[in-house]
Amino acid sequence: MSQADPQAPAHHARVTHTSTAPEAWTTKLRRAWLKRLPPEKLLPDNQPAYVASWTYTFGVLTLASLLVTVLSGAVIALEGATWWHLSRLGHFVNSLHLWGVELFMGFMALHLWMKFWIAAWRGRRALTWMTGVAAFMVSIIEDFTGYLSQTNFDSQWISFSAKDAFNSAGIGAFLNAMNFGQALLLHVVVLPAVLVGLVGLHVILVRLRGVVHPFGAGDGSAAVAPVAEPGASSEIESEQAGGVSR
Amino acid sequence: MTAQTPTEPGTLSRRQRRRVEELGQRRPWAGPNRHYDILRELSVATVVVVILTFALALTFSSPDEAPVTVRDWASATPSQFLTTALSELQGTSTSSTYGPPYNHGDGSTQSLGGISPQKLLGVTIPLRPAQAFVLHPLSLVPGQSPLHVALSKFEGASKAQQATWEAAYAKALAKGKVPAPSEVRSSGPLGVMMPALLAMAKSGALDAALTAHGRYYTENYTKPIMFIGDGATGPQADSSYWSHIITAEHLQGDQWGMMNETGSWPGQPWLWLYTLWYQVPPMNGSANGDLMVIAIMTLLSLGLLFVPFIPILRSVPRMIPIHRLIWKSWYRRDTQANH
Repeated sequence: MSQADPQAPAHHARVTHTSTAPEAWTTKLRRAWLKRLPPEKLLPDNQPAYVASWTYTFGVLTLASLLVTVLSGAVIALEGATWWHLSRLGHFVNSLHLWGVELFMGFMALHLWMKFWIAAWRGRRALTWMTGVAAFMVSIIEDFTGYLSQTNFDSQWISFSAKDAFNSAGIGAFLNAMNFGQALLLHVVVLPAVLVGLVGLHVILVRLRGVVHPFGAGDGSAAVAPVAEPGASSEIESEQAGGVSR
Repeated sequence: MTAQTPTEPGTLSRRQRRRVEELGQRRPWAGPNRHYDILRELSVATVVVVILTFALALTFSSPDEAPVTVRDWASATPSQFLTTALSELQGTSTSSTYGPPYNHGDGSTQSLGGISPQKLLGVTIPLRPAQAFVLHPLSLVPGQSPLHVALSKFEGASKAQQATWEAAYAKALAKGKVPAPSEVRSSGPLGVMMPALLAMAKSGALDAALTAHGRYYTENYTKPIMFIGDGATGPQADSSYWSHIITAEHLQGDQWGMMNETGSWPGQPWLWLYTLWYQVPPMNGSANGDLMVIAIMTLLSLGLLFVPFIPILRSVPRMIPIHRLIWKSWYRRDTQANH
């Protein structure tokens, strides 16, 4: 409809009116999101040929372990913090939670090491690296509060011995390791929210920036056309002058 | 750049080659791709992890040792329990002299370079051990008028008088067993109070009193854990009830206890570096050891976080070519293409 029709129903007129209104925040956000991270980039069906080593699976194994850990923890949360002392099923779910955590931390440590040795922060990927390291550090605190929340000998001893380190640094002024309620709420609410948020941001950054290229591969165009093209120099120079979009 | 052809590697300086490489890294990958299914990969990984987790849980289960209670402690080693309780009254226990965040003592405060974050943040979890662990719980015992008379007499006495009674009771306790009534005649009201506290502890009522906090619901175990801990950290630390269990479970600080767990379970192996610093001088023998370790780990953690911006550290992966193993097939393909 190129012109307003005087015979048209009233709601058509309203539609015409809203089309000239200032662009909604939601529309702006959606447009920016789709421009930077289109669906085929978020959920890709191909990836660079150099991503061939089995060491690349440590990242997805970390994610899968986090999923298992969160789900097993959620089952314990449904029944209560001391359920697992009183029920065989509860004890088994606690064992799943424990081993899920051990696998999660193990895979994450291997993932971190692997990313270190390929210098995965190159090419404006520093934030990807930093969110990964931050997630690792938050995971250590999350695991620690989990040990404090076990309501058994481990919790008792760990809280007693940890208090000195906490107190020495002033952390004990607001985080009391012997306060079970505080440790449990941190473990099941605050820290998981921070951790899942960091992991989510990390994964989005990986999809946004892509996987770091091998040393010496540049952007990979030389692999398609091994002879260097003269035009490449002007492209590099233009990027030096004006920066790059990614 | 006018006299050079930047794409000819031989004509670029090392710095320029790095810059060209970095700019290439910033661009989207323009080389060959291969098929990839991100959802299938996640699904397969989840199945693998679920199978692994179930296998480990079924094979190894998980540890669950019951916590030590004041009742366990008082029943197993009554004279040690009384010695610790007496040290709370005397104000000589670890809790009594600790310092912030519990009180204004100086027994466990730490500083580094003259700065003590512990002291700066002050007392935020007030704890008066004599009152919290001994006098208040005894005041809760119902229907024992001799006990309440003794309690009033003790609390109404001068500090000097209290100290005299405490010294007399300590002398009787030094024999290593619960003193008989005839041995504590010179201890004044303590001759009534201490047996009553022991009976309360053995019945489990002291555990309940220490966690009650004046409310029905409870979630804070600071008092019972600190009290039991006083029994394991004073002069009798090595021979104490709790210490024996902790040592047997390989949980002491000098046994890498920070990362261990009861039994043979893996515990928190990711704390290995943190625990390592407690095993080496000067941290293992310093009164400021905890703060030193926290400071070291904070620096190392910041180093790890900011690796991309630390000149020599960020070049380590380039200098030690482990990446050649990870990208073996890619470099092999590259070599073949050049031939």
